[in-house]
Amino acid sequence: MTVIRTEELTRSFARKGTRRHPLARPEQLTAVDGLTLTVEAGESVGYIGANGAGKSTTIKMLVGILVPTSGTVRTCGLEPVRQRRTLAGRVGVVFGQRSALWWDLPLRDSFELLTAIHRIPAAEASARTADLVERLEMGPTLGTPVRQLSLGQRMRGEVAAALLHRPELVILDEPTIGLDVLSKQRLREFLIEQRLEHGTTLLLTTHDMGDVARLCSRVVLVDHGEMAYDGTLDGLAAQVGAERVLVVDLAEPHPDLTGLPGSRHLGSEGEGLRQRLAFDATATTAAALLAQVSARVAVVDLAIEEPDVEDVVRRVYLAQQRDG
Amino acid sequence: MRSTLAVYLRLVRVGLRTQSAYPLAAVAGVAANAMFGLIKASILLAAVASAGGALRGYDAATMAAYVWVSQALIGLVQPWGGSQIAASTRSGQVAVELVRPLDVQGAHIADDVGRGLFGVLPRTLPTLAVGALTTGLFLPHALAPYVLGVGSALLAVVLSSACRYALGVLGFWVVDARGLQTLYMVVGSFLAGLFVPLPLMPHWLQALAAATPFPSLLMAPVDVISGRVTGPAAYAVLAHQGLWLIAAWALGAVLTRAGARRLEIQGG
Repeated sequence: MTVIRTEELTRSFARKGTRRHPLARPEQLTAVDGLTLTVEAGESVGYIGANGAGKSTTIKMLVGILVPTSGTVRTCGLEPVRQRRTLAGRVGVVFGQRSALWWDLPLRDSFELLTAIHRIPAAEASARTADLVERLEMGPTLGTPVRQLSLGQRMRGEVAAALLHRPELVILDEPTIGLDVLSKQRLREFLIEQRLEHGTTLLLTTHDMGDVARLCSRVVLVDHGEMAYDGTLDGLAAQVGAERVLVVDLAEPHPDLTGLPGSRHLGSEGEGLRQRLAFDATATTAAALLAQVSARVAVVDLAIEEPDVEDVVRRVYLAQQRDG
Repeated sequence: MRSTLAVYLRLVRVGLRTQSAYPLAAVAGVAANAMFGLIKASILLAAVASAGGALRGYDAATMAAYVWVSQALIGLVQPWGGSQIAASTRSGQVAVELVRPLDVQGAHIADDVGRGLFGVLPRTLPTLAVGALTTGLFLPHALAPYVLGVGSALLAVVLSSACRYALGVLGFWVVDARGLQTLYMVVGSFLAGLFVPLPLMPHWLQALAAATPFPSLLMAPVDVISGRVTGPAAYAVLAHQGLWLIAAWALGAVLTRAGARRLEIQGG
């Protein structure tokens, strides 16, 4: 079954320039430009792109709160704008920047209200709530007014709020933004569990390639409103190069570690105490590279940096310019 | 159908509890209402006295009743222009409200009515008490004005929410409806009879006010509660309020439908 289908979906906005003549025609800004996308039930799609690439605009059209300029969109087989309220019962959305919880009331009350709004029978509602509370470890914060929760606690509440009515499609807009490593990890594990158990379709926008790597079987990359890539993460890595960065802290200052096979020296700090080495994960491994470094100088500490979304976008862009 | 009503009644309760999270605001509200009540009372009672004890159907006792009942109803009716729909349109929070299987208008009005009703205990009753203790006020000795008065006040509360919703939803077009809200506050509270009772105004102004829903927000419940309007006339006042409520609700519904098509949710 197809959960999302868009054809040539386009949305432009009229933006009045600040220094232009007041009678000048407003500038047209095309946020989403001819997007054709199909997502089947059970898929898990990472929808990535730089800031302003059109991710949020797409999501708004998918859930029917923004009218497309042209093109068509069907979500869960429905016409989002016309059937917005029906659709609202079948999708769960988390807008990372906004709260779906009642700010002044205890977390528990938000869950009660949302299950009432979704007309979930009382017995089912309390079972579902209890399950989510347990898995997201929200028990101790249930009685706390939402405005007093920490960001991590609140985000777990937001995700639970979006899942209470067992939606077929869950859309998460930057769900891990601002979360610490542990909170991120916990949320990701929870989402993986939910998908395994309920076969929920997941559409996720994020800046964190870690989210994509762990949660998504498919990556859709948008750039300036247009689709720049659609496929697996491995495929994307193959296209842009799966370059990762090994950061090593050395026991003593050392000249730049250049000339190591499969790696490229990016820079040194502290007279060579900390050095950054880029390596292609398909050509060599972190362990092999580390062994080469250790053969030259003692390594005290190390870290591996994943490329971030902006980085990937830039490289896709460069690769396409080179090929085109 | 019953469960639908239950959901919206829950939202009324949520509004009430939300407002109760800020008890100090209620205390400040009573202080302001009482303060302006004393100012209004001194001016209007002086006017009655200088007119020889009777001014367009008001004597000292009924004028005091007008002053204190109108002041007491402010916290309940909220004759100002602000609304949650305006605020949430400006911030983009309305996105969250639109992805719930709810009627946005109904949900907003329910919440707003709840917020207003919270004022009964901490605002309306203390303000009346201040009036009774300072200038004194005449209140009817029969039961009917109170029963009808509660009905009229409830209609005023819901009508106020419906009017402010319709005003706030204009934010779907202009993003920031605060200018309109200020206009509404100034014109609306005056024509509602908040500062001077409508019968004291020139006839042309009374005619103008009668063409707006504003008298139904304040003058109507004040007249019914204070017993100035009784019997069949009181029922007519309630019916009149009801008609304005239907009109305001219908306008809000039309604006919501049209506005949702051109709304550009603010913020990414």
